[in-house]
Amino acid sequence: MVAFYIVLLFFLIGMLIVGITLVISRILQSRKSYPEKYIPYECGELPQGEAWIQFNNRFYIIALIFLIFDVEILFMFPWAVVFDTFGMLAFIEMLIFVVILLVGLAYVWAKGDLEWVKPKPKLAHLAKKKGA
Amino acid sequence: MEAKELLFLFIAIVTIASAGLVAFSNKLIHSAFALMATFVGFAALYVFLSADFLAVTQIVVYVGGILILILFGVMMTHRIYDTTLKTIHNPLAMGIISAAALAVILGLVIYRSPWAATVDKPFVPTTSIIGAEILTNYLLPFELVSVLLLGVLIGAVFLARTEEHKK
Repeated sequence: MVAFYIVLLFFLIGMLIVGITLVISRILQSRKSYPEKYIPYECGELPQGEAWIQFNNRFYIIALIFLIFDVEILFMFPWAVVFDTFGMLAFIEMLIFVVILLVGLAYVWAKGDLEWVKPKPKLAHLAKKKGA
Repeated sequence: MEAKELLFLFIAIVTIASAGLVAFSNKLIHSAFALMATFVGFAALYVFLSADFLAVTQIVVYVGGILILILFGVMMTHRIYDTTLKTIHNPLAMGIISAAALAVILGLVIYRSPWAATVDKPFVPTTSIIGAEILTNYLLPFELVSVLLLGVLIGAVFLARTEEHKK
């Protein structure tokens, strides 16, 4: 339980630092308004279109893949805590666990889902067979 | 009142208030961000129940993963400003009836369950116990989880991709 009080302390200090930064910025900033202030900030470039755009579908697929490996990392938590007492057995078991999930990574990689601009699938003959 | 009790009350209030914000906010993006506070509050409540692994799960998977997925889903919504008022236009009568039915069911469940007066057990970290069980009694189910995750990964990516082809 003590460890979680430390987590709480970290959380509160983090919130406090954000709050203090905002207060400092409010005190120091000059409050002038001019039309350029109301356009979206794009690193000094003139923005094209609106700020609310429809995001690329690719973000979603990457997030889905991330979520699966997120759960995989979660299963490593209890495993890592008892790793010392079990030794080789623990190592081999986690190796099997990771290798099985590696197949999934190989799948999305081969299908070109990890590429930003999606190329034709590298294993084109597989796609043709299934008619996808 | 004890300091711990005060802390519990504070966390419970934050959790419920942010959950209300999720339900009643008119802007989808505000709901999504309020959901983050709800998830973090839930994690803190799990710690109070001495379920530390569940709390970590809540943070890593829900705050770190599912919330990001929801935010991407919100950001990919076509014409996001047109969808802002959708929560208001639900038929009122149907809403009241279903809410009343749900309240009755939940009330019955709350009324009938035997509640423990207080959780005064000392805090026992569950993570190492779960780890030991995974490596001894539940070795095969643990590996099967990996196969399940593999199936989920391939299935989810396949479904998300075919949607893209349809456009």
